[in-house]
Amino acid sequence: MAKSVDIRLKVNGKNYVGHCESRTLMADFLRDHLNLTGTHIGCEHGVCGVCTILVNGEAVRSCIMLAAQADGAEVTTIEGLSLQGQFHPVQKSFHENHALQCGFCTPGMLATVIDFLKTNASPTEAEVREALSAVLCRCTGYQNIVKAVLDAAEKMRGEKKLGALADV
Amino acid sequence: MKPAAFDYYAPTTIDDVMVLLKRHGGDARLLAGGQTLLPMMNFRLAAPEVIIDLNRIPELAFIKVVDGRVHIGAMTRQRSLEFSPIVARDLPLLHEAIKMVGHLPTRSRGTIGGSLANADSAAEIPMVLQVLEGEVLVHGPNGERTIPAAELVLDAMTTSLADDEMLTEVRFPVMRSEARFAVEEFSRRHGDFAIAAVAAMLVVKDGRCEKARIATAGVSSFSSRLTMAEEALEGKAVDANVIERAAKAAAEAVEPVSDRNASEEYRRHLTKVLTARVLKRAVQSKGSA
Amino acid sequence: MSEANGGFIGKSILRKEDRRLLTGKGEFIADLKLPEMLHAAFVRSQVAHGRIKSVDLSRALASPGVVYAIAGPDLAKLLPPVPDTQLSLPRKWTSRVQHKFLNPQQPLLAHDKVRHVGEAVAVILAESRYLAEDAAELVTVDIEPLPAVVDPELGLADDCSVLHEQYGTNLIGDFSVEKGDVESSLAQAPHRLKRRFYHHRYAAIPMECRGVVAMHDERADSITIWSSCQVIHWLRREASTVLKLPEASIRSIALDVGGGFGVKGHVYPEDLLIPFLAREVGRPVKWIEDRHEHFMSACHSRDQTHDVEFGFDDEGRLLAFRDEFMVDCGAWNPIGSGIAYNTAVHLPGPYKFDHFSVRSRIVVTNKVPNAPYRGAGRPEATFAMERVMDLIAAELGLDPAVVRMRNLIPLAEMPYRLGIPYRDGEPIVYDSGDYPESLRQALSAIGGLEAFRERQRAARAQGRFLGLGLGCYVEGTGVGPFESATVRIDPSGKIYLAGGACPQGQGMETIFAQIVADTWKVDPKDVVVALADTSVISIGFGTIASRSTVNLSGAIYNASEVLQKKVFAIAANILECSPVDLELRNGAVGLVGVPGRELPLARIAKAARPGWDHERPEGISAGLEETAYFEPPTVTWAYATHAALIEVDAELGRIEIEKYVIVHDCGVVINPMLVEGQIHGGAAQGLGGALLEEMAYDSEGQLLVGSFMDYLVPGASDVPHMELRHLHFSSPLNPFGVKGVGEGSAIAPPVVIANAVCDALSHLKVEFNSTPIKPEQIARAVWA
Repeated sequence: MAKSVDIRLKVNGKNYVGHCESRTLMADFLRDHLNLTGTHIGCEHGVCGVCTILVNGEAVRSCIMLAAQADGAEVTTIEGLSLQGQFHPVQKSFHENHALQCGFCTPGMLATVIDFLKTNASPTEAEVREALSAVLCRCTGYQNIVKAVLDAAEKMRGEKKLGALADV
Repeated sequence: MKPAAFDYYAPTTIDDVMVLLKRHGGDARLLAGGQTLLPMMNFRLAAPEVIIDLNRIPELAFIKVVDGRVHIGAMTRQRSLEFSPIVARDLPLLHEAIKMVGHLPTRSRGTIGGSLANADSAAEIPMVLQVLEGEVLVHGPNGERTIPAAELVLDAMTTSLADDEMLTEVRFPVMRSEARFAVEEFSRRHGDFAIAAVAAMLVVKDGRCEKARIATAGVSSFSSRLTMAEEALEGKAVDANVIERAAKAAAEAVEPVSDRNASEEYRRHLTKVLTARVLKRAVQSKGSA
Repeated sequence: MSEANGGFIGKSILRKEDRRLLTGKGEFIADLKLPEMLHAAFVRSQVAHGRIKSVDLSRALASPGVVYAIAGPDLAKLLPPVPDTQLSLPRKWTSRVQHKFLNPQQPLLAHDKVRHVGEAVAVILAESRYLAEDAAELVTVDIEPLPAVVDPELGLADDCSVLHEQYGTNLIGDFSVEKGDVESSLAQAPHRLKRRFYHHRYAAIPMECRGVVAMHDERADSITIWSSCQVIHWLRREASTVLKLPEASIRSIALDVGGGFGVKGHVYPEDLLIPFLAREVGRPVKWIEDRHEHFMSACHSRDQTHDVEFGFDDEGRLLAFRDEFMVDCGAWNPIGSGIAYNTAVHLPGPYKFDHFSVRSRIVVTNKVPNAPYRGAGRPEATFAMERVMDLIAAELGLDPAVVRMRNLIPLAEMPYRLGIPYRDGEPIVYDSGDYPESLRQALSAIGGLEAFRERQRAARAQGRFLGLGLGCYVEGTGVGPFESATVRIDPSGKIYLAGGACPQGQGMETIFAQIVADTWKVDPKDVVVALADTSVISIGFGTIASRSTVNLSGAIYNASEVLQKKVFAIAANILECSPVDLELRNGAVGLVGVPGRELPLARIAKAARPGWDHERPEGISAGLEETAYFEPPTVTWAYATHAALIEVDAELGRIEIEKYVIVHDCGVVINPMLVEGQIHGGAAQGLGGALLEEMAYDSEGQLLVGSFMDYLVPGASDVPHMELRHLHFSSPLNPFGVKGVGEGSAIAPPVVIANAVCDALSHLKVEFNSTPIKPEQIARAVWA
């Protein structure tokens, strides 16, 4: 039946087998089929970035990806960022710098930032702002998020030197 | 909104795509990166009966240099282009322009073939194809053919590809080491579609412009080369006066569109301003690294 | 036992809310799942104005997965419209201000006419949202189009189409306020100018759209309504009327709310229809608004045209100000005159002048209804007055900063009686603050006025255009009527706080824990905060209008005052001393000056229990819980000065903000980090309104905005770094000395940008008297 698909994927380190309509959006598959409601939907048009997750380590907008396309993929959502109850450095930095208010865009921000820092470990403020422009936030005015990212980047550079950073 | 229902296929070879296209014809849409098609489907502005997902065809994603040309598979992610050492070295104009294409997360999925086949009038990659005089390789029921940049786009969002054809590869001549280039874009916010963008490549030898290639995005219904502006430069020493004349020629040559973002007059004005800025920056650039 | 002795107020404590939000464990309305839940999708009008001839649901009802469907005409037989006047005006106001209001009541689904693109006509319930949307596409709505009203001025013409035919007019609000004698003052003024200002239509656009889930419990015949809402007690009240159930049988809750900014600050038709449907079909019903819907059905805001005439002297002192303004309020008016009256009384701003008159007219048009959005009428007022200040300066060849200094109410004249009443009917008195100091500090923060003017001159000589934009405003915050708090000592010794406020990201769980912590000498970690749920407190008001810190802190104070007397009485009884010898410390009650001689609060809670072996003295009732209200005497006035240094790229028309400073006073600050976050966020929204955001309509009433590709919300590259400075004039009107801060910084940016651009291009004598300010407009002004 070409109107439905079977999917096998890994999400936050756990293997899942799913069956859904071929039209099911990845965001809805995570939220409704896997009960991982940490990924939020802000527009369904692929513009606001709130739904951004990590697919094979790369930031991707989950509202414009079909769940079918995640077959065989390794996905990380906000629920999978902490390791053994410990915040990821980016999560920690967001907390310490008050980089979230309502928290609705936060899942998208975290995924976008984590991916960005992998491509650029020592960004300037302008580069951070450019990267963050992929996700819309209505609460913070971005200033504290920028601060949090620069802070996290610095800490992660330090931890990398110590070989202490786990890979997300 | 949620998309309407469709039959979904994920073929693994180009031949399988051809079979599916033959069987379903106009009812089917090819799904590449999905950064344009899925939003349209989520608006229910597009409701194809059949989706042919191209993301499971490994032979469609590659970047390699063959005989002085960079060959790029249609399903190569824009993100791969962004971080490709080959593109940085041999196609530095594309390397600079790619960062203007959406945002990193859209480049994770968006493809070069998808962008070219979609032919959005404000997209940067079609503009670069024009400037670098690239060509695309197209697969059809009767085999392959190549389409040069100048013949690819017919109108806004309309290419010369037939319904049963598929773009499989893009080829660019390797940029010469003496090529100087620049690209500038004007949009309301970073990452937005260009209201106006200009890209230029100049080959300057012994103080004279040997070759000039200039194209726009966002100004007209599709990217095309500004041959009158190119002619204003070729054979001349590129000084401030020549740049101004070329910018004026560019503004006169374009057929700007008018929409909520900008009037025809303003787009024409932007073309002049951006052309001048691009040429000035190109001349000052030291050529590709 | 807590090891705490106060000192939490004023500290930038990290937020309690963060852990769940950072790990994906928050619970927003779309995350709520109930067994057997059905999903709703609305059929919305694609026509701006028309008569509904018929709605055919037959194909939809036959669509897979559909369980129920109903259209407006049938629903009208079952349910009354949304009750009017959700936000009432006190008698003190109605008896003081000349006014005329008509209140059209919106049906829960349109049945006779559709009055804006996006108005809901029918609703489908199905097993999934996907299936409900499939069915919604199959509904046929036959509408006989009528001419659309899109210009409020034309809407008043005799031959214009009327939206609410029972009134025979599109004018649904008309009021005036005045002081002094504007006519003669204008006539005698050495200088007199007239201008029109237009503040366009834009909207709150939180990242989370609206959503409602409802469930009917047959066993108890009660209904639970979860809504992404700022005023859950209003929701329960309106639901009680519409569903014909006592409030006691309705529970309404807001879970985590992904931003509100005012757009979720009233009860919408969907809030009442969804619970009705849940009871009707006997299954829980969920409706999650999608973004496309949000643009066409969640309220818009601003959209005011001001015709101002002002008189001033040779020194630039404002003498008289007359404003006739019109509000384009869209098809319905859920918040009545709230916004318009805010505008009217905020027009005078921080300035001293005696002759003022304003007339406001509210006109319906075939657009989405207009409701409060961060600032709620104040940005429009500030735009008018702050442009006037710069226009006075331009006319006289003075510096706009100097003109403001000459007009600002000086510290020595505070408190300052304005001479007109606030929305609560009380005479406006600017209670505290140093307005000139805020301007002085803003100028200092940009590097000094003279230094900038020199830079500006030098740059202009080189063909570069730098500009300085200023915006000063005052803001009435903490408006009544009241807020409620229940404070209870838990058997564990922790303090439980329930309140009527409703958070949407402000950090209420954190700041109210700080306030309770200082009040009770416990650690904030030992405070349990329960908000946004009618079952935790039976009377409450909710969060709008920058009011919750003021009002809930006041209620906490009042409840705690009474409760502490009781705690001391019981402790005194046990310790055999006098209550006056006791103090709170470290989560206990102890003898002053005798460390170690104390009783933990848990012990007092146990002692206070009703029944056998209690330890209460004679006359002290059982339990350790107190519910109290804070009814503020009137609003308390926050204020700020914003200043921006910009450069105009004259060729492209684009502006670059080099520096943006905000000098702000919200009195006592509970958590500085959170206050700064509010200021950043509001300013970013203000800049969005100034430059990017626009709810555009065409002449047929078609909304031209359908997605974030059309509606440009500022991203991180569009918002500059902001420098913040604070003044702290404590409010005399509430126990903690606080003033509201939620809205303030959205007020000034539009006029700051307008003033900055005019200043940058002052040699061209261009005027920007409307928003948004787009690059093409600037480019054209330079060509001209």
